[in-house]
Amino acid sequence: MVAPATPKSWYLPSKPHKFCPGCGHGIVLKALGETIDELDIQDKTIFGCDIGCSLLAWDFLACDSTQTHHGRTTPVMVGIKRARPELITIGYMGDGGGYSIGSQHLLNAAVRNEKVTLILVNNTNYGMTGGQMAPTTLPGQKTETSPYGRDPDLTGYPTRGPEFISELTPEGAYVARATVSKYKQLRRFLRNALRNQIEGNGFSFVEVLSTCPTNWRTNAQQTWHFLEDEMEQYFAVGELKSPFGRGDK
Amino acid sequence: MFLEVLISVQKVIGETKKAFLTGNEAIVWGCLAAEAEIMFGYPITPQNEIMHYWTRLAPEYGKGFLQTEDEISAGFTVCGAIQGGIKAFTATAGPGNVLMQEPFGMAEAMRLPVFAVIQQRGGPSSGTVIYSQQEVSLTAFGGNGEGHRIVYSTATHQELYDYTIKGFNTAWKYRFPTFLLGDGYQAKMREPLELYEPSERGIEIIKPHALIGVEGYISEGREPQHLRNIYSMEEELYDVVLGFEAEYNSIKNDIIEYSEFQCEDAELIIISHGVVSRAAEDAVTALRSQGVKAGSFRPITLRPFPREQLLNIIGKSNAKKILIAESALGQLERIVKNEIYGQTLPIETLFMPGVGIIDYDIMQKVKSIL
Amino acid sequence: MALIRIALAGEGGQGVQSVAEIIAEAAYNEKKQTIYIPNFGLEQRGGVSIAFIQVSDTRIGAPKFNKADVVLALSERAIARTSAYSDENTLFVYDSSFKIDPDELPRQVKRIIALPAIDTANSELHPRVFNIIIMGAVIGLTNVVGFDSAKEALENKLGYKFESNPELRTLNYKALEIGKELAIKSLQEGVFNHA
Repeated sequence: MVAPATPKSWYLPSKPHKFCPGCGHGIVLKALGETIDELDIQDKTIFGCDIGCSLLAWDFLACDSTQTHHGRTTPVMVGIKRARPELITIGYMGDGGGYSIGSQHLLNAAVRNEKVTLILVNNTNYGMTGGQMAPTTLPGQKTETSPYGRDPDLTGYPTRGPEFISELTPEGAYVARATVSKYKQLRRFLRNALRNQIEGNGFSFVEVLSTCPTNWRTNAQQTWHFLEDEMEQYFAVGELKSPFGRGDK
Repeated sequence: MFLEVLISVQKVIGETKKAFLTGNEAIVWGCLAAEAEIMFGYPITPQNEIMHYWTRLAPEYGKGFLQTEDEISAGFTVCGAIQGGIKAFTATAGPGNVLMQEPFGMAEAMRLPVFAVIQQRGGPSSGTVIYSQQEVSLTAFGGNGEGHRIVYSTATHQELYDYTIKGFNTAWKYRFPTFLLGDGYQAKMREPLELYEPSERGIEIIKPHALIGVEGYISEGREPQHLRNIYSMEEELYDVVLGFEAEYNSIKNDIIEYSEFQCEDAELIIISHGVVSRAAEDAVTALRSQGVKAGSFRPITLRPFPREQLLNIIGKSNAKKILIAESALGQLERIVKNEIYGQTLPIETLFMPGVGIIDYDIMQKVKSIL
Repeated sequence: MALIRIALAGEGGQGVQSVAEIIAEAAYNEKKQTIYIPNFGLEQRGGVSIAFIQVSDTRIGAPKFNKADVVLALSERAIARTSAYSDENTLFVYDSSFKIDPDELPRQVKRIIALPAIDTANSELHPRVFNIIIMGAVIGLTNVVGFDSAKEALENKLGYKFESNPELRTLNYKALEIGKELAIKSLQEGVFNHA
């Protein structure tokens, strides 16, 4: 068997990377790296990460990158894009940074159809800080701040981000939800999202369902089960809005 | 295309002209003269007109603008644009200044040439929309950093124009977040000033440079730029912060500005900043005519503070007392006391938080303490 | 009891902090003064993980210290990070399976001890109790807490896991015992000394 090639847009001196064993970030960044290579945009990509596990990607790619603050990746990418429209800005964040503290910025960037690409890695908890409840934690799911299981009466139901974002965005936006369990589809959605920015159509947003065995306290089997049999049932995978025609689910 | 840009830059002011403007408008002309390219902002009194004037002039001069969803976003979009190498700025006040401390903190950590105008209003919280000097601590030492910032406290509209131009240059030269600390009075009042092309006065406008999306191709071997503001170990951060401090200290003397009036033989030195210094100087003149040997010291840069200069002036005077006058409850006093530690002259204070101070107020206070 | 200072260092996920907590709790249960402070990097797994433990009969001052009485390096990377905490009074302990340059070991040290903790865990017990062997070693080297106190504290922290799987209890107690014996044996044998 031939080992898959390391993407050219990966920064080798920062490997091996710092993500936990079994973390989905490695898969997402692999797909992103391959997509950047395929679209040949390494030299004009700006990669911004949030605070949280995504910050471990600050020197992951061989692209100009910047850390930001928690929830503030979106406005920093917006600022860069407005200053330098020729650059391809990719904001990388988690479900906490995107749907909680950063939701204000996310939905306003969506409303304004900002020509940035945002990738939100959803693992249903705040990973780096030790596994607290997040906007996308499932009902009944135990986390450090919902130790008896998330109670929707008290804390509401999980946020379905791509759904509300696709409602807010005008035509020209691209909104999708992918999963690390379906790699080819993830690649396709990332390609479409970046194509959307390259062609200047508008806002592009991809949520990626991902794994966190460390904070879920699951073994390999349990991890895949939670992702495929629970998360993917609650969060519908597919393209919600696309200038390229409705894709497959 | 290049020629057009050249012409449009020259056409902004052209010949030196006298004008009678509000402070907010004067600032906008200063931003244009400084070759600012984009403003990000959010409505809050008393700086709104900066956005109003900017958006009206923007199309004519090919400038950009975005009203963001809040001040946090305004601050961070400015940071992003600056990282991309464009002269971006913002303006705010009061609670907006509080929110902006988060992005200003990132600018401190990542050495971003942010220039921001602060038009102080009453505080805390929503306070008043009118005036104060209550954002001194916040502007000079806000955020969770160590105050590695440059703060100019202006007193006249001419200074609003002059220090806007200087503020951009200082920011882009030294890469410490730089602030023009004005207030609601300066923002709204009208005063004559002269608008000029910086080049006519020998002022070179420093060109911006990018920190990401820099020249060269990574695919051809250029090193990718990885910018960070978080570290794994205490020791790493320690080195970074001390590095900032060393650099900040090394440039202090190039940046510090102050003015003094009649301090040489003064028996009482009045220390004040911003518009209050105008009243202080008037008070000194009036007091002198009544036989009171008063003098006035005004720090123009609150950060870095003109410590040596003030100590020197106190030392050379006959001062037996110091009076600190501010439209706040000790925010200037706290800085002054810290800076002149070791000085043993008694310090009196005139604190009028959120209220304008006139010469009469200072004179009454002086009479009560002499 | 005079002040004892212990520095434990390893990779995130090895259980460095768990062991330190258990020791500190055991000391507290013995009514001793104790402070434990963790020090770690950003990552949840991997990355630096250092624990500073102090135990004494009298009040303890600052939570961090410059030089330790015992340093235990649970990973190869940890050796470089913890050498600085060693001086001529320090027992410097690492695992005998580490492949390291002798230059990386601290020069100023009372004694360097190489324990076969990882091998023992892998061959006789279970890789997961490697950190409990180390905990036993700490006790064997310093007597910072009594063996029974340590067992009790271990039970308090991990008891819930032992409920569902009583074999784990046996395994952990055995690891503790073996760790202590390994340490005592190495002290008696006098392992090579760099000083």
